[in-house]
Amino acid sequence: MNRSQHIFGSGLVFAVGIWVAWISYTQAPAEAFLFPRLIASVFVVLAGWTFGKAVLGLSKVGSGVSRTMFLNMVPGLVVMLIYVFWAAKTLGFYTATTIGFFILLSLYDPAPHSEGKTWIKRAVVTACFVAVMYGLFALLLSVYTPREILF
Amino acid sequence: MDFIFYFGDVFSPLSFLLLLGGTIGGLILGATPGLSPTMAVALLIPFTFHLEAVQGLILLGAAYTSTVAGGAVSAILLKIPGAPANIATTLDGHQMAKQGQGAKALQLSFLASAVGGIFGVLLLIFLTPLLAEWALAFGPSHLFWLAILGVTVIGSLDSASVVKGLLSGCIGLWLATIGFDDIMGAQRFIFHPSLGGGINIIAALIGLFAIPQVLTMFAKGRRTSGAEVIEVQKHSVLDATKELIRRPLALGIGTITGSIIGLIPGVGGQIAGLVAYDQTKKFSSEKEKFGKGHSEGVIAAEAANNAMVGPSLVPLLTLSIPGSPTAAVLLGGLLIHGIFPGSDLFDNHPDVAWTFINSMLVGQVLMCLFGLYVAGLAARVAQVPQSVMAAIVLALSVFGAYSVQSSMGDVYVMACLGIGMYFLERFGFSAAPLVLGLILGPIAESNFIQGGMIADATVGRASYFLSGGLNLFLIAVVVASVAYSAWMELRSRRYTTKEEAQA
Repeated sequence: MNRSQHIFGSGLVFAVGIWVAWISYTQAPAEAFLFPRLIASVFVVLAGWTFGKAVLGLSKVGSGVSRTMFLNMVPGLVVMLIYVFWAAKTLGFYTATTIGFFILLSLYDPAPHSEGKTWIKRAVVTACFVAVMYGLFALLLSVYTPREILF
Repeated sequence: MDFIFYFGDVFSPLSFLLLLGGTIGGLILGATPGLSPTMAVALLIPFTFHLEAVQGLILLGAAYTSTVAGGAVSAILLKIPGAPANIATTLDGHQMAKQGQGAKALQLSFLASAVGGIFGVLLLIFLTPLLAEWALAFGPSHLFWLAILGVTVIGSLDSASVVKGLLSGCIGLWLATIGFDDIMGAQRFIFHPSLGGGINIIAALIGLFAIPQVLTMFAKGRRTSGAEVIEVQKHSVLDATKELIRRPLALGIGTITGSIIGLIPGVGGQIAGLVAYDQTKKFSSEKEKFGKGHSEGVIAAEAANNAMVGPSLVPLLTLSIPGSPTAAVLLGGLLIHGIFPGSDLFDNHPDVAWTFINSMLVGQVLMCLFGLYVAGLAARVAQVPQSVMAAIVLALSVFGAYSVQSSMGDVYVMACLGIGMYFLERFGFSAAPLVLGLILGPIAESNFIQGGMIADATVGRASYFLSGGLNLFLIAVVVASVAYSAWMELRSRRYTTKEEAQA
């Protein structure tokens, strides 16, 4: 992992540490923030130490995120974010899961995209999976999940 | 001998069915690369809401036991350890499989796992009540230091960098303070309505363990598991049993090493397997065969990683300090059922505690029986493409997190923590101490406040928290564990630098 990634990662953690410490030491009532103050103090010291090491180029632990890994991950991450933060609630859990699952399979399945057979296979796997999820959660466990469109 | 009275409860129809389901499911999950025992147990927790506490724990315990053993299947047949605990198994197990002895290696691994596992659970049965009695002497200051000890030991031993491990623990402790405080009812760190009730442990566990795996699979791109399953030819179980009996050194070292390592909080199955393998190699009369497909290597590694399971629950059930990341997830499972492990667990809930422990004993036998016969099938399941696995785990995580409290807020928290943890892991931070901080944070805080009140009325805070034999002992262990890990880290870095210079 390159130095700038170390600096960025540990810098972000250090910034969170400072923010936590600032809130802990400035918010009232003081009694409620006694324990957070204790933690925040240790947090800032350790995060500062890690950040300092990263700046000096002494950080060795961690492999970072390579460009290839990041580019591979982005489509899946975007689908995941849309699924979790928008589709699950708006379209309903089962509809969103069907769409999300099929898209993820299509994006990452090593089988060729040019053959009709592989698309049918993906559709069957998706249908089977959603049926199992419905059986497990809706029928067996009686968990009510948001159902907006279709089911 | 109280445990004998609760043996019958394990065989009630639903409990036994869950034990069977957890064992078979655990074997398959364990054999699937990328699904660690911790993640498997975290994903199963939402299913236990609808069960009695004891039945939920039977399911989780069975899954814990058999995922560790199931990891040997992919280690042997695919050369991919199902979990870090099976790394040592790949060294000789895969070589044996390549030499046409795959079935023998699998049989030996399950038999050795059962022997190690049963010994480990017996240790759990006999040590837990003793330690629970000792734990009765603990006051608020001791419990505070104990919670800190849990976080620091896992933080320093489970991570490649001591500072980053401890920092992960701090992040977890801070996350535990989000929400309303118990004493004043004041809002703390609530910057989104989803955080009003604090961070739900189960949603956090699912997010911290499952989502980074999903992202890791995404990051690999369009790839299959990349390994071909080696065909398993038939081999007599009786011959494998005879072979196991002929190797008492490997079985003994594996079992004892695993049991001792399991008792130390923070030192997981990976270390147990590797240490047992290394020690067996040192004492073996056939050192030169190790790494080339020697059965002693498989026996030692598998006996050790399963022997670790039972003892890793001793500090959990007596002191509320999980001995391993998976035990931390089990603690979450106990807490959601309103069961707080500790000195009075065996007085207040003997039925739950003993039935759970007994089920682990029966689970070891079932795991061995099923393992011997479904190993080949489990290896096929292990070849499920990563794309399918990632999508399955993601959907299960969303449904699981939602079903905790029927709240979208939990799903958002799960996703945010998971994405954050993925990047933190890439920068060398570790999920286990973070989870420990999150779980032990409320224990540490409540005892810190309670102790503070007692101290203000008596000897003063400094004296209350920093004096007394038990306090000093616990502080010394905290310091020693951090110092030891720092020294080990320094030593390994020097060794690496020396090797780099020589190269």
